[in-house]
Amino acid sequence: MKTDVLVIGAGAAGMAAAIAAAKNGLKVIVAERDEVTGGILNQCIHNGFGLHYFKEELTGPEYAERFRERLSEYTDAIQVLTDCHVLKLNRDKKALLVSPRGVFELETKVVIYAAGARERPFGSLMIPGDRPSGIFTAGVAQRLMNIDNRKIGNRALIVGSGDIGMIMARRLTLEGTEVVGVVERLPYPGGLLRNVIQCLKDFDIPLYLSSTVVEVRGKERLEEVVVANVDEHFKPIPGTEKIFKVDTLVLSVGLIPQVEMLDGLVSLDARTRGIACSSTGQSSCEWIFAAGNCTAIFDLVDYVTREGERAGEYASRYVVGERFTRNVPIVPGENVMLTFPNSYSDVDDLTLYVRCRKPMEKAVLKVGSFERVFEDLIPSEMIVVRVPKQKLMGLDRIEVTLAEV
Amino acid sequence: MEKLVCVLCPMGCKIKYEAVDGKIVSVEGNRCPRGIAYLEDELKEPKRIVPTSVKVLNGEMPLVSVKTSKPIPKRLIPQFMDLIKKVEVQAPVNVGDVIVRNVLNSGADVVATRSVKRIGSA
Ligand SMILES: Cc1cc2nc3c(=O)[nH]c(=O)nc-3n(C[C@H](O)[C@H](O)[C@H](O)COP(=O)(O)OP(=O)(O)OC[C@H]3O[C@@H](n4cnc5c(N)ncnc54)[C@H](O)[C@@H]3O)c2cc1C
Repeated sequence: MKTDVLVIGAGAAGMAAAIAAAKNGLKVIVAERDEVTGGILNQCIHNGFGLHYFKEELTGPEYAERFRERLSEYTDAIQVLTDCHVLKLNRDKKALLVSPRGVFELETKVVIYAAGARERPFGSLMIPGDRPSGIFTAGVAQRLMNIDNRKIGNRALIVGSGDIGMIMARRLTLEGTEVVGVVERLPYPGGLLRNVIQCLKDFDIPLYLSSTVVEVRGKERLEEVVVANVDEHFKPIPGTEKIFKVDTLVLSVGLIPQVEMLDGLVSLDARTRGIACSSTGQSSCEWIFAAGNCTAIFDLVDYVTREGERAGEYASRYVVGERFTRNVPIVPGENVMLTFPNSYSDVDDLTLYVRCRKPMEKAVLKVGSFERVFEDLIPSEMIVVRVPKQKLMGLDRIEVTLAEV
Repeated sequence: MEKLVCVLCPMGCKIKYEAVDGKIVSVEGNRCPRGIAYLEDELKEPKRIVPTSVKVLNGEMPLVSVKTSKPIPKRLIPQFMDLIKKVEVQAPVNVGDVIVRNVLNSGADVVATRSVKRIGSA
């Protein structure tokens, strides 16, 4: 099989990229290993999606469905292969795909990689103790409850107060699982204030800040979880242990961009741990573009959609012969934890995503000769700004800083 | 001045307000008019949109996700969940289909947020 554009993954990023490429008159194949398009959106049945893009608040499945409909308007240009896993991508622009119909090869001119993220697993936390059943990552718990209609346990503790952890606290409570608390190692909640209110306060779920899990105990099923306070270096403080009698532990300790398939083909960024990309969505391998959570973890699906559209647009221009040359590195400076994209190609203004390092009341963001003041900054909320091209002229390195004022 | 975070959308505006005898005398920080309605409700009768799911019969999936079409009083949420657990719908279901009308007399409907095809239909 042959195509102009191969999109790997049909989540928010992949669907948007495919539509953008089809609008540019190209032939597109989208490969998705799941049985349906939409990616992680399908299991996120809570509201909070689409406010920027659709100017109204939708649930995850509603957002996915709108894009599924848009995709179906381009059946002449876009072929969607679900239940189809891209196993391998080769240097000669040939991909190996597997589906129940068999294994086949596909030759493409350009790839848009949109494989999303995976969850940090329990093993990565190196918590001492037993390994009983009853320990779930938030995404797995969410899938079991929202898609497969299973109850995961009777009494649960949640680790991680990011939006996903808090939303799971509410979901479990509504479904009749008692949530005894949310444990967070930082001294402040990891997610949005609105979720602290509507997911925890509304249901009187305690939030234990500056705390971590130090041991799990249980023979077959989880029986006890030991939680202790931590010092400023996140080291548990002896003597502060509390024991929670729970049969379920839900982990929501972060997402990691899914990059393994492109190992050796493209460079990664050490901070985002995702595919390093230019402002055109182009990776270090010029025919591979990438978008969405495989490049950096985005807060809002609206941003992911926009990034998918952008990658689709530039990938299409690449197919018809345009080349993007100047790539100026963008680097995080003072008070900045990470920035995306990782480099700037001066074909257009720069849409820059920034995560700060610590909560700040007021700070000036500086990018080249561009400055803007932001208030109420927290690491869990990305700052997004459009920096005009003129403000970045002549730089050979773009440092992004946040100076507290 | 009192401070309150609006939960109606992910913008999460921090609304500063002053109230005298339950009457709002000044408001700032809301980026849209919904913020004022939220503030008024929050002082009188806090309300929330509730997203959840209900059982589907003969569907390609066991559940269809739903939400209340508008915020319902927070105090009704436990009663709402008890009721929703007993609801079953027949597939097919389409996004936007009303599953329960005027739930618990709140003025809000329960609407489907996903489409579920009937088993065996193309
Ligand atoms: C629990 C949770 C709650 C969230 N809540 C909100 C919220 O309230 N508001 C909001 O705006 N955003 C929210 N987000 C963020 C937003 O949903 C995501 O950032 C966005 O949907 C990610 O889209 P994506 O396309 O990058 O990745 P995904 O949706 O993960 O899509 C990637 C797709 O690629 C497929 N794939 C991967 N590898 C292969 C392969 N080799 N071959 C074929 N297919 C492959 C996967 O099956 C998947 O379908 C939330 C995210 C999570 C996880």
